[in-house]
Amino acid sequence: MKELRYNQAISEALDEEMARDPSVFIMGEDIGEHWGGPFGQFHGLAEKYGTKRIRETPISETAILGGAIGAAATGLRPIAAMMFVDFLGVSGDELLNQLQMRYMFGGKIKLPLTIIAVTGAGAAAAAQHSKSLYGWLMNIQSLKIVAPATPYDAKGLLKTAIRDDNPVAFLTHKMLGGMKGQIPEEEYTIPLGQADTKREGKDVTVVALALMVHRALNAAKKLEEQGISIEVIDPRTVKPLDKETIIQSVKKTGRLVIMDEEPKTGSWAGEVAAIIAEEAFDYLDAPIKRVCAPDTPIPFSPVLEKFWMPSEEALIKAVLEIKKPKA
Amino acid sequence: MHIEKEKLIEMYRTMVRIREFEERVSKEFAAGNIPGFVHIYTGEEAVATGVCANLRKDDYITSTHRGHGHLIAKGGRTDLMMAELYGRRTGYCRGKGGSMHIADTELGILGANGIVGGGINIAGGAALSAQMRGTNQAVVCFLGDGASNRGTFHEGVNMAACWNLPVVYVIENNLYAEKTRITDTARVTNLADRATAYGIPDVTVDGNDVTAVYEAIHEAISRARQGKGPTLVECKTYRWHGHFEGDRQTYKPKEEAEAWKKKDPVPAFRKKLIETGVFTQADAERIHQMIADEIENAVKFARESPLPAPEETLEDVYA
Repeated sequence: MKELRYNQAISEALDEEMARDPSVFIMGEDIGEHWGGPFGQFHGLAEKYGTKRIRETPISETAILGGAIGAAATGLRPIAAMMFVDFLGVSGDELLNQLQMRYMFGGKIKLPLTIIAVTGAGAAAAAQHSKSLYGWLMNIQSLKIVAPATPYDAKGLLKTAIRDDNPVAFLTHKMLGGMKGQIPEEEYTIPLGQADTKREGKDVTVVALALMVHRALNAAKKLEEQGISIEVIDPRTVKPLDKETIIQSVKKTGRLVIMDEEPKTGSWAGEVAAIIAEEAFDYLDAPIKRVCAPDTPIPFSPVLEKFWMPSEEALIKAVLEIKKPKA
Repeated sequence: MHIEKEKLIEMYRTMVRIREFEERVSKEFAAGNIPGFVHIYTGEEAVATGVCANLRKDDYITSTHRGHGHLIAKGGRTDLMMAELYGRRTGYCRGKGGSMHIADTELGILGANGIVGGGINIAGGAALSAQMRGTNQAVVCFLGDGASNRGTFHEGVNMAACWNLPVVYVIENNLYAEKTRITDTARVTNLADRATAYGIPDVTVDGNDVTAVYEAIHEAISRARQGKGPTLVECKTYRWHGHFEGDRQTYKPKEEAEAWKKKDPVPAFRKKLIETGVFTQADAERIHQMIADEIENAVKFARESPLPAPEETLEDVYA
């Protein structure tokens, strides 16, 4: 085993996949030798693979994503580096409409492309550089969505995303970039659509993604002191969603809280809640709770942003509303 | 420039095939046999034909919402196209795409497109792919005058210019973006002048003269294959039908439409081929009969084809 930071694990996955498959290349803004992307995920790759495969583009998001689609449709395996997930809005048509080529063409084409983008609040980056967009993106048919919470998951899932023959949005959280974790020396991949139970428990199931997984784990430790045992499930991929693991957990605990770093309305949390209400209602002993952000754009000032983000305290409060502590 | 006799005849056949297909689609649509909506290419046949006559089978095109002519010119089969318009399982897209999403990747057709300007960056990506794979393939991106006002046009052409991508942008200026005159939405007389902003060559050509189009594109494709980058070609032409079938076209002056109909590219080319001894009137008539039979069979094929099973809706989402 070796220790790597989250963003280093991403770089290592990119490096390994580029070495493995010459049809893999990356196109995006400022990913070359002078910056390596705003979070350093592409650091060192231009030196190793050259500017033909690490292609710095103009500030032209529609050309990046549209170009990746055209390249994927004609035999290459592009990675579109979109910088912040918020910028996917700039390439809205490509994301919403052009990505659905395979279906529109009656299955005659494969679109093996990966979109890499950074998500998340917590860096005082305000409304246009802090979104998560899980709920928004999951409504786009033909797109798979990955949101890893640890360096291990990031590396294994990115390798799978690149090898997938469909468009995959690989969303990394900006506040996790420096997080350290153990990575095996040998190669490994993690399948999409397979949740990871980050902590086992028996009283309440908490489902969370990315940064929220860590807040849930911290909250779980505090709740343990009050005699409440929390199971933390990290789906790791928003789509396809491993609903079976969540349902099995709810069958065991009878209680579900979803923690999601998005405005509550139209969120991914709403979809998870609906699935459990539809498919596991009989196992529930309490109402499903959602711990989400308020329905506002993301504010700048750290004091406002802290208020906006779903917190450990908010999660603890939600858990205590459906599960009384042991006296 | 000399164009082989066989090629000229083939070009004529293509123009007639497009005309007959489109006029038949118009009739079938009016009769209620085709669901959704269709955009007819009649009047612009010389563009698609003159352009695609320069392309190899493995070259790529991206098309538009008014795409039937491009697809036919690139070798698309009229029976599979008609079946798709009819929403049949035997259609090019198994009934999942319809008029605006017909594609044939075996022929390098990367799809018609329902979004104006939606194909511009896809063409750039295909050109990048051809360049990176070193295949010497070229890409033609068809777009309308309206699409040249999209942001995707700026982003796509600029990036392709920066990277010397093997792509030719063909603006079919038919004077109207949907129902709005291009002169109301652009201050340049020649849309190809916009090439200057990207540091690439521009060509403006009579889009109703198929050999003029062929020659302009020949030069542009040859630049593309030599690694010299993109060219912006504007073909000036006219849309005979409305934006969509059923459009009452109140925005078109009558004299304008009549003047353009006198410049009909199909009989003009026929006349030229007869006068230069490439073929005879009888040869031309034989071609018309052959195409008429082909289109009749295409409609028959479409009508007799099975509809998709409803649950096929769930297939083809993921590879």
